Amino acid sequence: MAPATRLVLLIGWIGYALMPWYLVEGMGLTDLGWLAGYPFGKAGSALALALSGQAPWLLPVGIALAVATAFMGSADRGRAAKVLIGAGLLGMLLFFAQAFAIVLKDQGIPWLAALLGGAGAAQRGMGGGGFLTLLALLLLLCHGLAYRGICRGDLFTTSSIGIVILLIGLFIFFPVWIILKSALIEADGTFAPAAFLARFLDASIWGLGCVTSNTNCGVAWNTLVLAVLCGVITTLLGLACALLILRTGMPGKRIMRALTVLPIITPPFVIGLALILLFGRAGAASTLLYEWFGVPRSRWLYGLPGVLLAQVLAFAPIAFLVLIGVVQGISPSLEEASQTLGAKRWQTFRTVTWPLLRPGIANAFLLGFVESMADFGNPLVLGGNFEVLSTKIFFAVVGASYNQGQAAVLAIILLAFTLGAFWVQQRWLGDKSYTTVTGKGDAGLPTPLPRRVSWLATAAIVPWVALTVVIYVVILIGGFVRNMGRDFTPTLEHYRTGFAIDFSNGIFFEGSAWSSFFTTVKVAAISAPLTALIGLLTAYLLTRQRFRGRGALEFATMLSFAIPGTVLGVAYILAFNVPPIEITGTGLILIIAFVFRNMPVGVRSGIAGLSQIDKSLDEASTTLRARSFTTLWRVVLPLLKPALVSALVYSFVRSMTAVSAVIFLVSAEYNLSTAYIVGRVEAGEFGLAIAYSSALILFMAFGIALIQFLVGERKLGRRKIVALSSSVSNPITQGAAS
Amino acid sequence: MTKAGPASVEFRNVSMRYGAVTAVDNVNFTIEAGKLVTLLGPSGCGKTTTLRMIAGLEIASEGQILIGGKDVTKLSAADRDVSMVFQSYALFPHMSVLENAAYGPTVKGLGKEQAKQMALEKLALVGLKGFENRYPSELSGGQQQRVAVARALVLEPQVLLFDEPLSNLDAKLRRRVREEIRELQQDLNLTVAYVTHDQEEALAVSDRIIVMSNSRIAQEGAPRELYEQPANAFVADFIGDANLVGVTVKSVAGGRAEVAIGSAMISLPARDLGPGPAKVAIRPEALLLSGTAGPASLPGKISKCAYLGNHLDVMVETEIGELFVVQYGARTMLEPGAPVAVSFAESGVTLIPPA
Repeated sequence: MAPATRLVLLIGWIGYALMPWYLVEGMGLTDLGWLAGYPFGKAGSALALALSGQAPWLLPVGIALAVATAFMGSADRGRAAKVLIGAGLLGMLLFFAQAFAIVLKDQGIPWLAALLGGAGAAQRGMGGGGFLTLLALLLLLCHGLAYRGICRGDLFTTSSIGIVILLIGLFIFFPVWIILKSALIEADGTFAPAAFLARFLDASIWGLGCVTSNTNCGVAWNTLVLAVLCGVITTLLGLACALLILRTGMPGKRIMRALTVLPIITPPFVIGLALILLFGRAGAASTLLYEWFGVPRSRWLYGLPGVLLAQVLAFAPIAFLVLIGVVQGISPSLEEASQTLGAKRWQTFRTVTWPLLRPGIANAFLLGFVESMADFGNPLVLGGNFEVLSTKIFFAVVGASYNQGQAAVLAIILLAFTLGAFWVQQRWLGDKSYTTVTGKGDAGLPTPLPRRVSWLATAAIVPWVALTVVIYVVILIGGFVRNMGRDFTPTLEHYRTGFAIDFSNGIFFEGSAWSSFFTTVKVAAISAPLTALIGLLTAYLLTRQRFRGRGALEFATMLSFAIPGTVLGVAYILAFNVPPIEITGTGLILIIAFVFRNMPVGVRSGIAGLSQIDKSLDEASTTLRARSFTTLWRVVLPLLKPALVSALVYSFVRSMTAVSAVIFLVSAEYNLSTAYIVGRVEAGEFGLAIAYSSALILFMAFGIALIQFLVGERKLGRRKIVALSSSVSNPITQGAAS
Repeated sequence: MTKAGPASVEFRNVSMRYGAVTAVDNVNFTIEAGKLVTLLGPSGCGKTTTLRMIAGLEIASEGQILIGGKDVTKLSAADRDVSMVFQSYALFPHMSVLENAAYGPTVKGLGKEQAKQMALEKLALVGLKGFENRYPSELSGGQQQRVAVARALVLEPQVLLFDEPLSNLDAKLRRRVREEIRELQQDLNLTVAYVTHDQEEALAVSDRIIVMSNSRIAQEGAPRELYEQPANAFVADFIGDANLVGVTVKSVAGGRAEVAIGSAMISLPARDLGPGPAKVAIRPEALLLSGTAGPASLPGKISKCAYLGNHLDVMVETEIGELFVVQYGARTMLEPGAPVAVSFAESGVTLIPPA
């Protein structure tokens, strides 16, 4: 057996015989009280627990390890392969069998528990020992497969594939499966399709009351209408803007580029919050209108108009980013050809430009559609009585009327919508290439826009840009006045409440926001490198390795892109609240949620980066005797640095601004900035909320600039000024659908 | 490091399939140690796949591959003692010339100093002394090519592979570089497999040529053999120019055949063909134009004549179709429409089996 396989066996034995098998409350390195009774008791190792009879069902897992170890010295590659595959597969099977059969008292799978010798027993969630053992068993299986010549016998490749599949399975498909299960199965374990149907067809979801009578429409319709409107408007704005910038002499290309960074570093609900401060009943603009023109204050903002406005402001830059690429991709020489054939400007636009734009427009629309569906913060802040799926799921889980079944049903509907949009995007647009610029002597000049079109576009753009500027002004100054709209006395009170530091007795972070701020930074900083690692590894496997089931893995990864944050959050809380994985309320679940929520970003920037690197470089390295890990480390990774940086930055920023997935997962001990701000908004403390938001935005802008400065300088050279916008905004065009 | 020396390469019934597509179909050949063998063929004929199977970048679906008599069929590229020079050169853009050249020994775990010495030695060999610290983007196409060769040579592989190494160079440079490759191969006594679609290149550098067509080997032999004794119409047409004409073999006696080309009768080596329909491949320079007709010549009429410096390209309309004729030496241009008699030279007319 190869040295790597021996190392795996060692890891397996450490996990099985030395480390605590279960997750123990109060685990830590400072206070070792939780270790009481080791190697038996709560923090016992599997070997000790199994041999002492406390947990006999753990014994077979160890036997699988032992069998593999017995053949450690075997020189016969074929036999070693068979043993490893058998031991790994059987060991994992036994591991999962005991993990799912024996959970809490009177749950799990009783007959299987009895078979494993644990009838009526209960066990807690798996811990470090369990995890290491599972990992080792998986790697044994992968090594066995490699010995048999799978993936050209490369241990690293087969192991990576195994790990990626296990992780996606455990942290994406298992939770989604739990949602489906809890929608169909009642809390007492009975299969209840009738109850599912009743919940599914409920009038609160599909009702058409707003059309036929004067009641509210169902949430599904609300969500759909909002998403379609949001998609249409953001697309039109984005298109107008892209055409104006590229096809007229309009100045401000740089400024527009910079503006597109803003929505990335702005937590999604902050726009809604600023809108309240402007147009709410007591907002600054409402007050002006009332005092000067006698326009009565109203609550028009709370409902569809407000949510739509906030979403359009938040997501239009994404559409712009997509469409500017599409417009740039249309070869000017095509339009020049049309003109030399006698077509007028308008005819050219209608017959050449527009048809080439169409697929890109459809793509931008779908992005806006999906973003709106998945948005949680704005509907929560501005929705009022206007409920959408994401907020309704939230209230079904955390509200007074706790209803797990309903939350699951709603989550399934939302998931179906986003998967549907995603499917349409892949099927319909996936194969089409819009780029007509080939790079070979395309020296033509783009045709100027017909005058009608440019007037129309300007009319749409100016108010949008103006409103965006006003919004950000409000966000920045909102924290420095006593009460935006009512009392404009300058004050530092909000910042003092949130960020006060007491120096009288050493440094003491007194402000109420510090705790959540530090947690957020810590969690984001831990999850960003993990996201980048898993994402790039997956991208590498998908683009550079051929193995059976690659298509399936690709499909599974793609599917995970389409899961809205709210659905993932609900799925996590349902799946990881009970053994075998019991991690709700810990910081770990936040990290895992961020890693798998942001994984698409890593995968996409990895795929984009890898497609720039010629495959012959890998092959050259291989023919020079480098193994695939060496190739990855010495050739691919250095060349992938820009993609790596953008994956890191973007997943860090996304973790800082995420709301939907984590609002279910935060706890008193591990609160996050966004959840804290949402809490302040709900409590009516707008000043503190806006102050905290602007602090977050500035922190991220500063952080991005710093990373760009540190990492990107040498590579980007003279283009440093635009580097900030380009490298950070890259993944959004690829990753916006996630 | 022990120097393994050049090794032979042997393919036994090797096939490569991608799903329903067969890229290489039941191929057998041997490359002797220390020889340069060219895989020649049009694009899509399977020559590059064959090369990649030698390298181990593709694992053969069927059959056996031996290098130096050892079965390497299932070994990955990293386990074979084979290096490759890629069409795109595949120089690592983030490494200097020296780092590129030293990559092989470095990843093999040899010490930094030793790796550097080995790299410097080979860089000097290809004439790149003094370029060690440049980056690939700072080199010309020809220099990049040399770096790629040096990098492949550093580990002194048993077999060295070239995948269309000259295709990114301009025409003048090509001739020089191919001569350098040939000299290097002979000086260092290397086993080289060389893929190209340029028949002139193949004729110039090879000990032997394997012509491939439609995933199979069409013919294998020394350059001269292929040009003068093509086994079939494809090889005749692909290597050099040829007029392919349907003929009738009237009789065979003593290894020579009496062949009717239209109304002309000539005697050719029979090449094991019997009486009946056959084909001849006629090299353009083997057709002679004169004013007087005889029994072994065909009457014709000039249809086109183009001046190309050292020779004339002439098209002649005859009873067996339009023939392509090349006339070397200073000659006067021929007027279209002028009558001529076409006769056949002693060599350059080859009988081949009907298709």
